[in-house]
Amino acid sequence: MNLRGQGNGLGQRIIPVGLVLPLVAFILVTFVIPLATMVVQSIHDPEVADAFPRTLALLADWEDSDLPSPDVYEAMAVELVLSRENRSIGKVATRVNRIESGTRSVFAKTARRLEGADTTDMPAAMIQIDTRWGDVALWRAISEAGQRYTARHYLQSIDLERGLDGGIRSVSEDRRIYNTLYLRTVYVSLAVTLLCFLIGYPIAFAISSVSDSLAKILLVIVLVPFWTSLLVRTTSWLVLLQNQGVINDILVWIGLVDDGSRLALVHNMTGTLIAMTHVLLPFMILPLYAVMRSIPPVYMRAAASLGANPLQAFARVYFPQSLPGVSAGCLLVFILSLGYYITPALVGGAKGQLISNMIAYHIQTSLNWGLAAAISVVVLLGVFVCYFLFDRWVGIDKLKLG
Amino acid sequence: MKTNRILKTFLWVSAVFVLAGWARAEQTLTVVSFGGSYARACVEGYHKAFTEETGIRIKLEDYNGGLAQIRAQVDSGAVHWDVVDTESAPLLTGCDEGLFEYVDDLELPPGPDGTPASEDFFDGMLNDCGVGTLIYSTVIAYNPEYIEGEAPTSIRDFFDLEKYPGRRGMFRAPTTNLEFALMGDGVPPDKVFEELSTDEGMARAFRKLDSIKEQVVWWETGAQPPQMLADGEVVMSTAWNGRIFNAQVLEKQPFVIIWDSHIRDTGFMAIVAGAPNLENARKFVAFATSTRAMVGVANRISYAPVRRSGLPLVGKHVEAGVDMQPHMPTYPDNSRNFLWNDVEWWSERQDELTERFNAWLSR
Repeated sequence: MNLRGQGNGLGQRIIPVGLVLPLVAFILVTFVIPLATMVVQSIHDPEVADAFPRTLALLADWEDSDLPSPDVYEAMAVELVLSRENRSIGKVATRVNRIESGTRSVFAKTARRLEGADTTDMPAAMIQIDTRWGDVALWRAISEAGQRYTARHYLQSIDLERGLDGGIRSVSEDRRIYNTLYLRTVYVSLAVTLLCFLIGYPIAFAISSVSDSLAKILLVIVLVPFWTSLLVRTTSWLVLLQNQGVINDILVWIGLVDDGSRLALVHNMTGTLIAMTHVLLPFMILPLYAVMRSIPPVYMRAAASLGANPLQAFARVYFPQSLPGVSAGCLLVFILSLGYYITPALVGGAKGQLISNMIAYHIQTSLNWGLAAAISVVVLLGVFVCYFLFDRWVGIDKLKLG
Repeated sequence: MKTNRILKTFLWVSAVFVLAGWARAEQTLTVVSFGGSYARACVEGYHKAFTEETGIRIKLEDYNGGLAQIRAQVDSGAVHWDVVDTESAPLLTGCDEGLFEYVDDLELPPGPDGTPASEDFFDGMLNDCGVGTLIYSTVIAYNPEYIEGEAPTSIRDFFDLEKYPGRRGMFRAPTTNLEFALMGDGVPPDKVFEELSTDEGMARAFRKLDSIKEQVVWWETGAQPPQMLADGEVVMSTAWNGRIFNAQVLEKQPFVIIWDSHIRDTGFMAIVAGAPNLENARKFVAFATSTRAMVGVANRISYAPVRRSGLPLVGKHVEAGVDMQPHMPTYPDNSRNFLWNDVEWWSERQDELTERFNAWLSR
């Protein structure tokens, strides 16, 4: 239509792309690549396959009802000594031990003693060094750990395991933990979201309906805790809520509670809910306030002039208009609480443990990053499901942060 | 002409700075420790002496233990830590995973009377990847202000809610708790791990924990037990002996340690695999595990030397003037009934038992 406009078209397209590039690169480096690495880590476990290639090849056509043939033992012996020399034996032992608990020491011990041992009859020699070489369970564990790509971590992350016959089954009852924790995490997140909504809505409403100067002061009051370190806030709750803490002391002093029966407000679910609600409250109030500020007060007056009582006016005119803020606040608080772990760890007690505490354990202590990654992916999928349900029911285009 | 001269001077000065910085960088060493009063004891106890003797400057960093940061450095090839203080369990795991340099060929200084290091160190203190630096204990401590009647004296009293009502503090992990439970059930220390290796023994330990579960407040960091004892949140707690010592001596808290059935463990020093200053790191580890350095630490915080020659040399606390001997986990009067943590036993079962413990906790 217009030549000049077409001439500028290329430049007009390049400049925005150029402006977005740093952001894309940033997201790629700090989010997409780590996320992809994590997903790969949850299914890719090459340590054992790399250390015992020959043994595993021989084990491939082994009937796992009986002990493997002597040539498997021969191959194992060679590769054990080799992996001791190149220091991979510890990694191998840890991985097999995760499948068959109590086998970690077998590998290093056998590798050490094989030097100079009589090896004319290798199976007998190895069983003499450690009787567990005569146990089919150890060989099964080695063969399972030898899978380069495995669904093992995903099975474990939802309390399942592969049984002896290769079928999938639940783990024994005293070790079932992850499913309970997912459910509890969702339950706590929902409860915190509801509490934040119940407390945050009236506050946001109050801030949006007072004069500007007062609103500024109220907003600062909401934001001050937001600017305080998370640890400080959580620890202060400990001081307030504990058995000999401020709140219990006051209750006893005014005679509401007997000194012998002080309320258990912390180191249990109550503590987790109180502290998390406080920590996450600003994330509810801010989007609510932003949306409420844009609702013209004349609508309420119009409703009143048409004969609605204040309750009706609020329920049928005001509340529907504030819904985008409600959904934004709820989604923010819910998703943030799914990943919370410092607060529950400090004030939550035994039953305050959430799924993120297990992820932290596997990242920091057990170094089982594969399992940690698998659990994280399960949680991430949970977040996606919530997001899509939200989009379905509420519509993501209705989301409004201000 | 003048600008030229200024430029020249500038270049010379920068060259000197760069060279000086380079030379200095070569002579520094990054040591990573647990921070707090323990790190302070190390700085005063031997870091300063090391810098004076060798000219190597020490850059001290804090961490909370664990292996995640070390593994991240080693895996990415960007190692900037040299020496780390670590506990026995992570040392073993880290050694298996190739996160630490071997130090089994390190030449350690002999004891003051010339005893070779191999004989001076207690058994089990020299690991392929680490050298022992101190002995610490997980003990039972109580606050007498909240205890009525006769003072508790044994591990049985910890599990006796009728005689000593009130909440108990315990570490939120299976380690130490299963052992305490069996000892509280009457199993002698030398039979504890044997008993725990059987299914019945394990069930017995969990049953014992069940009997006080409702009254337990679970702690995660070493600072929590003294805090909870002081606040009256718990009347008795398991705790690390150095933390209780600090509260007793420096904060004048009335806490009492029950030395019956305490659980001993070793603190180690290790070198991160691929450490940028490997040679200096090795020098530092040898220096830090000399009798002199260990005694220097033990005179500031109640962690015992791991060398036979060390304990007799421990004297008074440098600031508080308290005799340190009775606070040492290895002091004869404290050593009548105790258990050595079996880290090998734990390394085979840690993952399984942590899952089981957490499942038990959430029931």
